[in-house]
Amino acid sequence: MEAHATEHGHGAPKGITRWLTTTNHKDIGTMYLWFAAAMFLFAGLMAMAIRAELFEPGMQIMSPDYFNQLTTLHGLIMVFGAIMPAMAGFANWQIPMMIGAPDMAFPRMNNWSFWILPAAAILLVLSMVLPGGAVATGWTLYPPLYMQGGISYDLTIFAVHILGASSIMASLNIITTILNMRAPGMTLMKMPLFVWTWLITAFLLIAVMPVLAGAVTMLLTDRNFGTHFFDAAGGGDPVLFQHVFWFFGHPEVYILILPAFGIVSQIIPTFSRKPLFGYASMVYATASIAILSFFVWAHHMFTVGMPAVGQLYFMYATMLIAVPTGVKVFNWVATMWKGSLTFETPMLFAVGFVSMFTIGGFTGLVLAMAPIDIQMQDTYYVVAHFHYVLVSGALFAIFAGVYYWLPKWTGHMYNETLGKWHFWLSMISFNVLFFPQHFLGMAGMPRRIPDYALQFAEFNQISSIGGFVFGASQILMLIVIVQCIRGGKKAEAVVWEDAKGLEWTVPSPPPYHTFETAPEVK
Amino acid sequence: MGHRRPLPVVLASLLAGLAFPALADYQLNFPPPKTGLAQQIYDMNVWVMWICVGIFVVVFGAMFYAIWKHRKSVGHKAEQFHESTTVEIIWTTIPFLILVAMAWPATKLIIEQKDTSNPDVTVKVVGYQWKWEYDYLQDGVKFMSVLSTPREQIENKAEKGANYLLEVDEPMVVPVGKKVRLLLTANDVIHAWWVPAFGIKQDAIPGFVRDAWFTANEVGTYRGQCAELCGKDHGFMPIVVEVKSEADYKAWLEAKKAKAAAAAGDAGKVFTQAELMERGAKVYNANCASCHLPDGKGIPGAFPAITGSKIATGAKEGHIGMALIGKPGTAMPGFGPQLNDADIAAVVTYQRNGLGNSTGDLVQPADVKALRK
Ligand code: HEM
Ligand SMILES: [Cu+2]
Repeated sequence: MEAHATEHGHGAPKGITRWLTTTNHKDIGTMYLWFAAAMFLFAGLMAMAIRAELFEPGMQIMSPDYFNQLTTLHGLIMVFGAIMPAMAGFANWQIPMMIGAPDMAFPRMNNWSFWILPAAAILLVLSMVLPGGAVATGWTLYPPLYMQGGISYDLTIFAVHILGASSIMASLNIITTILNMRAPGMTLMKMPLFVWTWLITAFLLIAVMPVLAGAVTMLLTDRNFGTHFFDAAGGGDPVLFQHVFWFFGHPEVYILILPAFGIVSQIIPTFSRKPLFGYASMVYATASIAILSFFVWAHHMFTVGMPAVGQLYFMYATMLIAVPTGVKVFNWVATMWKGSLTFETPMLFAVGFVSMFTIGGFTGLVLAMAPIDIQMQDTYYVVAHFHYVLVSGALFAIFAGVYYWLPKWTGHMYNETLGKWHFWLSMISFNVLFFPQHFLGMAGMPRRIPDYALQFAEFNQISSIGGFVFGASQILMLIVIVQCIRGGKKAEAVVWEDAKGLEWTVPSPPPYHTFETAPEVK
Repeated sequence: MGHRRPLPVVLASLLAGLAFPALADYQLNFPPPKTGLAQQIYDMNVWVMWICVGIFVVVFGAMFYAIWKHRKSVGHKAEQFHESTTVEIIWTTIPFLILVAMAWPATKLIIEQKDTSNPDVTVKVVGYQWKWEYDYLQDGVKFMSVLSTPREQIENKAEKGANYLLEVDEPMVVPVGKKVRLLLTANDVIHAWWVPAFGIKQDAIPGFVRDAWFTANEVGTYRGQCAELCGKDHGFMPIVVEVKSEADYKAWLEAKKAKAAAAAGDAGKVFTQAELMERGAKVYNANCASCHLPDGKGIPGAFPAITGSKIATGAKEGHIGMALIGKPGTAMPGFGPQLNDADIAAVVTYQRNGLGNSTGDLVQPADVKALRK
């Protein structure tokens, strides 16, 4: 043990093998975050192409089938390649530092959970150049449409399996780390909220990733081995797939947002210089959201023709989720109330998160009302809804977290002016991009169409302009991050005036191994 | 192009559009409702939106007040209060009560939406890749409804018409003020039948029959689109419904029946090559060209070419069989159920003697009939 500590105690090994073989939670966290950034930019380019095609009526730059491939890959890669790995990156970096653990519980498995991700990404990207092109069914993969595709449809199923395996391994690691490796004195109810939200998210992942794997495996056997799970002609039912998919899919949207709640709940108290208003109620609200998320899946299926009692049950259950979600929002606002507020970039993104996410919550409530959803289902209104919760929700929280912890990770301050530009450009262009889509949906524009009637032209054009500005603004973030890694003002151990928590007790940047002896938490 | 506008005009008219919601091109809400259901949905949405706006103003009013007044830069000192069970209970209970108030009218509306009993007219609607079939079960009238926007408009080679992508060759027709019950299903993949002005959207699922209903309260033409991604031409299978007075509706039915009787006469007829080729070209463009392309070249890797195809230049029987039954497990559907013998004969003849092929043989309705099981 002694020899081991001196051998590795000084820093990281050098060269490419450092990254291939590393079992260090900080290295793995860094790799997750870079992977997520790369995927974010790649899927973002696809979105630019989509918005370019939709800039005006008529088909201009691609075929309808290619358009569908782009929307599908954009969705799949953003969800599984960008947001989820970014959250896993935060988990890797922060959870051990926040609970006073030396590393994750299973460091080798940690290496694996990351390194199988690029394999899945390659399968997805490769499918674009195979005969027949990539999957063009939308990220929801509904059969029977899914039966009609070529080889890339099978590769996509394998990619989903790999992504699922990666998530499950990461979750096992996170749960074990949190439950077993907390510093003495850190009781569960003393854990930072970010740790709590990830603990709950990890349980959600373990519960639903196998369900998704099952659903796509049934697709695989229907496609290749003569089963008829989803084929009415063979006694199956295409709607069964939707039930199974959304039993995964709804918890999945909370998998994307709960860690975001956690990040924001760290940041708002810091820049309000005031403790979180209701710590315990935040924990309970997170847990209730997670539990409720298992019982509402068919609100994505209000138009499949469920019986009235089905519609009613899923409507009531979905509306109920608004209650704990509201509790969260009220708590963030109450935390800011009578604080001593400052607005550095992390706080700007956090406040942007709270206000924009809430708009997404409201439209979620509108969509939860089954009779109204009959009009909205599969329109641009839904597209607007989920981008408000995912872009100005999950993604803004990721931005906030990156700015918040970047000085800790790199030991340098980032360029505050550029950070603020990044925020304001993102915030404004985001709204120009997605707000008009509510109107488009209500006026009757379906989602997933490459061309549209003339009455939708103006709002689409505005939306596209917002999209291009939003896309370009993200280059700014890349510049800020690279600059910050390369140098800049030296960061203190306590980067932010009122930052609380164990991660701020170690130097910035932290040594390669932190908390080799556990700290004492009072 | 009539619809292109410079950027400043677009931005300026956005502001103007917000001020004048009546402007058609900046429509901010659902289209004017034309059924009782749509009206109720419209009203409920407006009402729910106002509740949301109210909550937003209260909550974010507080937040922006804090942002304004409780800043460090204006010298505000943080107060360290936190945890209050009373407050938590209040902000759990009030939203819950608001939700109950919202759920109650929604419950009544759902029950009404689901009540498809006692219809005056029943129409079976079948979704195909990428067109709709309407089957008036009580009257024996059945037809396909296909996008009629010319390709040139889609490819930006011609000025786009007012109903660009929202027009079909044969619209569905229903009587005004009568309860119309739809029985929906699909032939290949899932589609969804949606007309916003009627407030109805229902998935059409292969192998299952689902129902929905509407009673249109005003004569006119109403447009909608398929609302479930159904493959490459999902954006190109609109729905057009003409609501007519009872008398006009009856007249339309009679005309349709007469036409169907005439078509039935074709079944035993022997056509000339010119007749078959002309009819075949029409059938081809409406049914085959979306995948195999108007010139028969197909899309490599996705849809095979007709030009030079082994099947289209091989034995007649194989070719007719492909048209009738399709190729299971691929996007190629069987057209047997949708097209009559004369249409199949014509389109097969067209594929064998047009699109760069020249087998020289003709296919007659009788040949097709012989191969139907
Ligand atoms: C108050 C909370 C929320 C409610 C009541 C709600 C409700 C709904 C409903 C009813 C739909 C189905 C709309 C339709 O397809 O017709 C929907 C779609 C969606 N929601 Fe939410 N939602 C809420 C929050 C969230 C959050 C937090 C996320 C993610 C972070 C999210 C992500 C999505 C996504 C991705 C879809 C669309 C999925 C698809 O069809 O591709 N929602 N939501
Ligand atoms: Cu959901």
